[in-house]
Amino acid sequence: MKNPIAKAQTYKSKKEEDLLKHMVSTSKSYKIWVAFLLIVILFGIYAYYRQIRYGLIVTAMRDYTSWGIYISNFVFYVAISLVGSLFSCILKLNKNKWADPLARISEIIAVAAIACATVIIIVDMGRPERLVYVFKYLRIQSPIIWDVIIINTYLSISLLLLYVSLLPDIALCRDRLTEIPKWKKRMYRFWSINWVNHPKQFSMLKKASRILALLVLPIAFAIHTITSWLFATTWRPGWDSTNLGPYFVSGAFMAGAGVIIVAMYIIRKQLKLHDYITNAHFDNMGKLLVLLSLVYLYFNINEYLGPSFKMVGVEGEHINELFIGKYAPMYWFVQLGGLVIPILLMFFKMFRKPLPIFIISLFVVIGAWLKRYLIVIPSLQHPYLPIQDVDESYLHYVPTWEEWAITCASFASMLFIITILIKLFPVIPVNEKDTQTEPGTN
Amino acid sequence: MNDSSKPDGRRQFIKKISTGSMLTISGLSIYSASSCNTNSDDKTTVMTPEGKLVQVPTSEIQELEHEHPASPKESRKGIPGKKFVMVVDLAKCKNARKCINACDKHHKLTPDRPYIKVLEMQDNEKSSPYWMPKKCFQCDNPPCVKVCPVGATFKRTDGIVLVDNERCIGCRFCMAACPYSARIFNWKEPPEEGNQAYSPETSVPSKIGTVGKCDFCPDMLRKGKLPHCVPACPNGVIYFGDEIDDSVTNGEETLRFSTLLKDKAGYRYMEDLGTKPRVYYLPPVDRIFPFEKTKKETTES
Repeated sequence: MKNPIAKAQTYKSKKEEDLLKHMVSTSKSYKIWVAFLLIVILFGIYAYYRQIRYGLIVTAMRDYTSWGIYISNFVFYVAISLVGSLFSCILKLNKNKWADPLARISEIIAVAAIACATVIIIVDMGRPERLVYVFKYLRIQSPIIWDVIIINTYLSISLLLLYVSLLPDIALCRDRLTEIPKWKKRMYRFWSINWVNHPKQFSMLKKASRILALLVLPIAFAIHTITSWLFATTWRPGWDSTNLGPYFVSGAFMAGAGVIIVAMYIIRKQLKLHDYITNAHFDNMGKLLVLLSLVYLYFNINEYLGPSFKMVGVEGEHINELFIGKYAPMYWFVQLGGLVIPILLMFFKMFRKPLPIFIISLFVVIGAWLKRYLIVIPSLQHPYLPIQDVDESYLHYVPTWEEWAITCASFASMLFIITILIKLFPVIPVNEKDTQTEPGTN
Repeated sequence: MNDSSKPDGRRQFIKKISTGSMLTISGLSIYSASSCNTNSDDKTTVMTPEGKLVQVPTSEIQELEHEHPASPKESRKGIPGKKFVMVVDLAKCKNARKCINACDKHHKLTPDRPYIKVLEMQDNEKSSPYWMPKKCFQCDNPPCVKVCPVGATFKRTDGIVLVDNERCIGCRFCMAACPYSARIFNWKEPPEEGNQAYSPETSVPSKIGTVGKCDFCPDMLRKGKLPHCVPACPNGVIYFGDEIDDSVTNGEETLRFSTLLKDKAGYRYMEDLGTKPRVYYLPPVDRIFPFEKTKKETTES
């Protein structure tokens, strides 16, 4: 059924066929996957409708735990989005050629994650219809405004980075994919803005992506540092720390690398890209993840050793709660299962093979989400003045089904954006300059 | 002449006795300015609570009968020439909770979101526990105001920190920033509160999805009256006044603010945070009541 369509296109090489063919044939499992995502999203929209109708009372948040998993999700998405800069800037500028096939995946994930971060933070607002006040009555003194500015900047740069690297491939789709619906043809023609593989175009593109690559790194550092300042500018135990900026940034790079490994494993399997995402890629990503995890481990020790040595007042109570109290199982799962054990395992080559490292990365990613839960929620439960005279529901925080539904929907939205982008555009860069025959343009 | 405090003291004394009348006059002028063309000869017939019909000057009716809360814009300014302070005498508090009741009543609050809390405190294992009434500290360096992205919470010239719930976006950053947990959030639709026009000075009506907190009752202050919690206290725990006048009163006795702090070792809660609260505490020494924890007191109204 799908073969005739696939064959009808005018591919010029095997590489082109391998990397473009998934865009013209839709499998049944793909349709089920998209339907599943849409159902999860719709369910989340229903939960959000209830939240709009009855207020934030449908969540488990109350006066003391006034921020919940929405904020954890927000921090998590912002963290994930940093991975775009890891590939587009750090690895690219350091001339790590091996990472080039993964750059597109990382840029797509960055865009999807940052889009979800903006949505989830609006979901957290008690008065979402007043969103426009943030611009109308903007007070530059507030760290929230810094975050609004930097997130919009990062979203714009991430979109640009993705588009600039996609441009030659969109032109390729326009030229090669002849047997596709009209709207798709029109879309490729529109977005390829007259790209004709001219050497001059390539050199301009190279310059543009270089400027963006240099620009994206400070912005990426700023976005997560500023997100950490939302916490560090208060007096809450666990937040009132000068370590929080680098701690958040290093954690973000680790979580991002984990997400990339998970994504490349699934994409390689689904699109059968074993020739393009090789075992060597997993090995290298494993080494990179070890490095990033070690940096994060270092900041983790910094974050907890001082307070747990001194055990001052509410800060000490907070540490007790994490180390031996009601959050201890989660805390030790995160620190051991999501950080220490993955590091130890990944030192060995056998654990950097695709399947083992995929499983390890899943633990790293789950640990990273739970870590953000532990950063946001227990801190709020240890105010300076005792919590007394309040309803039972004010003492604990267990997310309600509405919160979980919305959280799942936001994850589904992220996966949906990624799925759609992969369907519309080649996930591995195809039309690269070095594959063209135009010597002397360096 | 060397004693420079003397003329100052006298001036402040004069200021002090004239405060009450000054407030009434300014209050009057506010209301007459807002009503159009009031002729002082105009008289209106009204019915007294006893059912008698009497004629009174029109201007007086507006002053006494009209609720005219300050608009959100006016509320941002503050009462000129004032710096309000509160002193809470911990030696006198026995957790009677009348302040909470009065506050809840006038701000139309349900028990799950009180602006005032009376906390059971114990400074160390050996010291005896005491009750600590706690409201918004109206800090001079307010962390909540610093973090608000839209200026929905603001500091006024008279020292009061207010919330404009028509501007609040419900991000709850102020709640995370307040080290004293002074703020409450309207998680659900507040019960019907009548059709009173909203003013940040009355904090009524509360709105779903926005923050609320103790506001020092500026609507009362504009009328030259004390915040509701002060006269409600049966034990005269709460003193309220003006730092510039250097006087505070609990409704029964009026004391010099600076002398009170000096004589009774007044302090501010967690001074080291640098938030500069406008609420002072007098330590729980020579207590009038023994510390008793009875569940009855919580439910008694």
